[in-house]
Amino acid sequence: MVTAHSRTAARLMISPAVVLLLGWMIIPLSMTIYFSFLRYNLLSPGMEEWAGLTNYRYFLTDPAFFAALTNTLLLVGGVLLITVVGGTALAVLLDQPMWGQGIVRILVIAPFFVMPTVSALVWKNMFMNPVNGLFAHAFKAVGLQPFDFLSHAPLMSIILIVSWQWLPFATLILLTAMQSLDQEQQEAAEMDGAGVLSRFIYLTIPHLTRAITVVILIQTIFLLSVFAEILVTTNGGPGTASTNLTYLVYAQSLLQFDVGGGSAGGIVAVILANIVAIFLMRMIGKNLDT
Amino acid sequence: MGTITLAQVTKSFGDVEVIPPLDLEINDGEFVVFVGPSGCGKSTLLRLIAGLEDVTSGLIRIDGTDATALPPARRSLAMVFQSYALYPHMSVRKNIGFPLKMAGMNAAEADKRINAAAKVLNLTDYLDRRPGQLSGGQRQRVAIGRAIVREPSAFLFDEPLSNLDAALRVNMRLEISELHQTLKTTMVYVTHDQVEAMTMADKIVVLHAGVIEQVGSPLELYNKPRNKFVAGFIGSPKMNFLQGAPAAEHNAHSIGIRPEHLTLSVDDGAWPGTVGVAEHLGSDTFLHVDSGAHGILNIRTSGEVDLHHGDKVFLTPDPARLHRFDASGLTL
Ligand SMILES: Nc1ncnc2c1ncn2[C@@H]1O[C@H](COP(=O)(O)OP(=O)(O)O)[C@@H](O)[C@H]1O
Ligand SMILES: [Mg+2]
Repeated sequence: MVTAHSRTAARLMISPAVVLLLGWMIIPLSMTIYFSFLRYNLLSPGMEEWAGLTNYRYFLTDPAFFAALTNTLLLVGGVLLITVVGGTALAVLLDQPMWGQGIVRILVIAPFFVMPTVSALVWKNMFMNPVNGLFAHAFKAVGLQPFDFLSHAPLMSIILIVSWQWLPFATLILLTAMQSLDQEQQEAAEMDGAGVLSRFIYLTIPHLTRAITVVILIQTIFLLSVFAEILVTTNGGPGTASTNLTYLVYAQSLLQFDVGGGSAGGIVAVILANIVAIFLMRMIGKNLDT
Repeated sequence: MGTITLAQVTKSFGDVEVIPPLDLEINDGEFVVFVGPSGCGKSTLLRLIAGLEDVTSGLIRIDGTDATALPPARRSLAMVFQSYALYPHMSVRKNIGFPLKMAGMNAAEADKRINAAAKVLNLTDYLDRRPGQLSGGQRQRVAIGRAIVREPSAFLFDEPLSNLDAALRVNMRLEISELHQTLKTTMVYVTHDQVEAMTMADKIVVLHAGVIEQVGSPLELYNKPRNKFVAGFIGSPKMNFLQGAPAAEHNAHSIGIRPEHLTLSVDDGAWPGTVGVAEHLGSDTFLHVDSGAHGILNIRTSGEVDLHHGDKVFLTPDPARLHRFDASGLTL
């Protein structure tokens, strides 16, 4: 029973955890905010001075910022599209009874265990390399000119690499959801005259919406901060063609040693991430109710 | 129309033969109940008729045409499942209308049928709710509604009441019987509960390990069970079976007598015994009497008897109501 007494006790007992978590978040956040108002360059230590909103003005008016913003949204959107559609398709396939099901499922999940840097390097050197890569060989084998993915379609290539990494996650969650699909419901629909496609549209998809929502929310959080894949493949280039916000902040603060500018960028990125989060929760978060 | 004929139908799962060759005739407009203990193959048989399982061999004819290879949707049968199998994300209206939508019926006609079905089933006020917001009995009615809008040639029910509480079960039993009176459509109903079978059926099919033990009207089964299994399965409390001396008296391997066909007396009778448990139901009293060599006998007597644990009594069977069985369990 929830009495006033037990509620007070509960609050007291969770307070250390709450305080710790708040501290964990608030201290770095406030330091970043503080730095973002300073003229703070690592090349001239000890010369920090108050700069007001200058850092923000520079960051927001930098043409690279809009490129990075667009790239970030394209990257997140592209990967979500590929993983949700691909994940649903794979989940449907893996849900079919077949020989060697256990092994196949483990193999499908394997890419998730590969570190981002490693998988990006493997893709860069073994698949997309215009001279030695597998794709280059394949193109040559059918008499086509090899395509230099990373310099001609850098963002597309990174979307591909990141999708490959996240596809297993989406597949796994959707497969689990698929397995809880009620068999009698399927049979009832079959008797009601629904074919395979109708059953997929009217039963499977609605059943999966909650799992799809979870996949989208979790992946968005991680995809907004994709970094390693860009660093080891394109370094954000050519130009800013594959620079996302995370990478832009990195370039600002650690390549140009401008901690103040970098912090301002970081704060902008946090605000944008929150806008995306609110937008997402508004749009699909209601699927999680009840 | 709604005649269903099974001819030499068998079903095996792998090496296990669940239904040995079986013949059955279901007439138009009949309320047929498949009854039998759990695991005897009732659901399997129903699913064979529905087309949700393929027969291993044999023929299924619906309305005179061979339906053995037809997919479920083309057999013009509607099924109500034990778990209701409603579509959780659709409103009641959409649930009931789903088969019509799949059939491509126009919206006006579909709405008319949905409203008519909702009226028959008292669901009019709930059409915009989701199944999750309904009680068990209402969900069951939605499942039935989804079946009746299709106007099928026969309904199939697989233990539709087993998820309901006892009082509701009695109510729904009546409603389904009434629905049958109104629609006059063939209904095939599966249950493990012989009370449901007795109260609802025009024709009962008693199944045991995939074999039809007897087919007949409720009273035929009650009065003239073909063998010991049917005799023991139909009727509640169960029939008493006796072997040895009392059976030999009637030239039988064993005899059976229903609890309601034993006369109770405190001073004189055929079989003496001691009262064990007495269940007072008000209208009736069920007594468990330990009659020594004959074992425990059940007696059904009036609600007014004042007998308790340990009382000495005498039991006398009604000779006209005695059932005689041979060594293989067949009725003599
Ligand atoms: N898909 C299946 N695979 C293997 N055995 C099955 C399958 N379905 C049912 N059985 C078996 O067939 C028998 C009859 O089952 P069922 O028709 O469900 O019984 P009931 O409905 O009378 O309780 C049971 O022994 C059950 O184990
Ligand atoms: Mg069953």
